[in-house]
Parts: sequence; C-alpha cells; structure tokens
Amino acid sequence: MRLGCNARVIPFAALALMMILFTAPQCRAQFSGGEVSSASAFSIPQAQLIQPDSLNRLLQAGGANVPLMFQVGSHLMFTQAHIPGSIYAGAGAQPSGLQLLASKVASTPKNKLIVIYCGCCPWGHCPNVGPAYKKLRDLGFTNVKALYLANNFGDDWVTKGYKVERGQ
Amino acid sequence: MASVLVAGLLRATPAQVAVLHKQAPEFVRNDLSGKKVDLNAYRGKVVLLNFWATWCGPCQVELPHFAAWQKQYGPAGLQVIAVSMDDESTSVRPVVRKLKLDFPVVMGDEKLGILYGGVLGLPVTFLIGRDGKVNERIEGGADLKALESKIKQLLAQR
Repeated sequence: MRLGCNARVIPFAALALMMILFTAPQCRAQFSGGEVSSASAFSIPQAQLIQPDSLNRLLQAGGANVPLMFQVGSHLMFTQAHIPGSIYAGAGAQPSGLQLLASKVASTPKNKLIVIYCGCCPWGHCPNVGPAYKKLRDLGFTNVKALYLANNFGDDWVTKGYKVERGQ
Repeated sequence: MASVLVAGLLRATPAQVAVLHKQAPEFVRNDLSGKKVDLNAYRGKVVLLNFWATWCGPCQVELPHFAAWQKQYGPAGLQVIAVSMDDESTSVRPVVRKLKLDFPVVMGDEKLGILYGGVLGLPVTFLIGRDGKVNERIEGGADLKALESKIKQLLAQR
C-alpha cells in the first residue's frame, strides 16, 4: 500500500514536536514524565511563568496591575541590582528564607498578583524559585507567577535595558 | 574556543564589558582562614578569579577543576582566587573543605561585585594576565577545555 504524503510527514512532525517539547527547558516540568522535585524551578507550571518583557510592560503601565514582587535569591545580588519596587524575601532554598517570605506576605490578599524572581543562575539550576513558589501556593496564594530568567538576572533583565535599582 | 569565551561577553552589561582589557579592579580581603588576600600581590602571575556560591550548581562542577589546575599550573604562575557570593561564610567553609579547595577563598560583597561590573548571575570567571589586565570574562559554567587552553596561553606570555 502506498502511503499518502501526510502519512509520511506526520511521524516526522510528531518526532520533531516531541524533541522540541523534551528539550525546551520551560516544558520539562510538564512533559518529562518523571518526578520533578519541588525544589526545582522546573516544578513551576509553565502557565505560571512570566517572561521579562511581559513583566516590564506591566511595570511600565503602572497602576493597579503592578504586581507585588519578591526577590527570593541571594541578598548580595539583590543589593547589586534588583527590579525597582521589589522586596528582598530571603533565599527560597533555605527555611529561614521561606519564613521571611511568609512574613512578607502575611497581610497580602490571597488573590493578589505576586511575582517572584531570583536569577542567580540558569533556570534549571536555580534552587530558590521552586521552593518559594511552592511556599506561596501552600499559603493559599492563587495568583503567583515566577519570572522566567533563562540564564540569570544580569542577562535576562539588566542587559535588556529594563530598570534596576541598587541597595537594600 | 574564541566563540565560547566571547559568548559571555555578548550577554554582558556595559559595566561588565567596561572591566575587560583594563587593570583588574584592586581589592584586599581576608580569606576564610583570616589571611590577607591582596590582588596586587599576585601581579606577574596569571590569576583565575572565580565568583561562585555554595547554592550554585555549575560552580560546584568547575571548582574541583580549578583546584586541580592550581596544583598543575601553580608552579608555572597560575593563582586561583575564589570569591564566594554567599550571604554568610558559615555555609561556605564546609563546601571548601569538601571540595578540597587549596587556594584563597574570600567572601564577596556588593562593593566587590559592582567593582567587577556587577556579578548578577553565577558563576563568573575572570582571567587576569601577568600584566594585571582582565583578559577574559566568562559568564556561566565555563568551557573547561577552552579555559584551560587560554590559561596555558597566558602562562606562556612573559
């Protein structure tokens, strides 16, 4: 039997699609099929990621849409450069950091848009955003996004010319 | 090799680029054992200055190689200096022991990070030539072969 054109193309297209899904870092959490530790940034659902340009647009627009932002990584990096208006909330990889984060959101409405970010190292190696995201979800926050910084804060925010400030 | 080393540069901020090919910013710090580490004192050597942290996965991969290079190329004039960007030294000491880092490890701070153009992601490695000038800035996990080759090249320069 002679296969039609589509019958020959579809398996290759499917294979190509699978390869894309399995190699795109932000997709691994959902398509790897294996267990993803909650400590991993990959544990954050893709729908809960916000891209730097999207966040920048939100900040530029101002008003009520501006999220509550927390840097959940290294304090030393926060003091060198952070997103204006963001608050240092402790390293998500450490229990003390998660405690600090919980205290910072204690009086925040559960449906408030919260954006967390770190950018200490490449997304797949970041030990902080995964636990911080889980903590906020466990506390009942329903509108939590993690800023997707593929390489680090310098590459994916600062070099793009988005605003930063220094200090505590 | 050049493309790998330049890759970090393409992603660098203007402040990070500004550090390149100039005299390495001077600093004096105490290492974890309290011994003074003065970058100026290493003039005439090739210095591999590595910014790292205990929570940084790629850093843990590189550091043992740097320790091996310190042994191998130290007599030829290589000096590795590691700057921990951890917020506290308590978590650093056990890792230094575990990885058997036999070179000075100092604690970094905001001032030192900014001095080197902003350390806004880890690891970051600088190669400083015998003339004290910053020869390379490598952001992220380095291509170790390319880096070793560059070190040998710099060591050969008198």
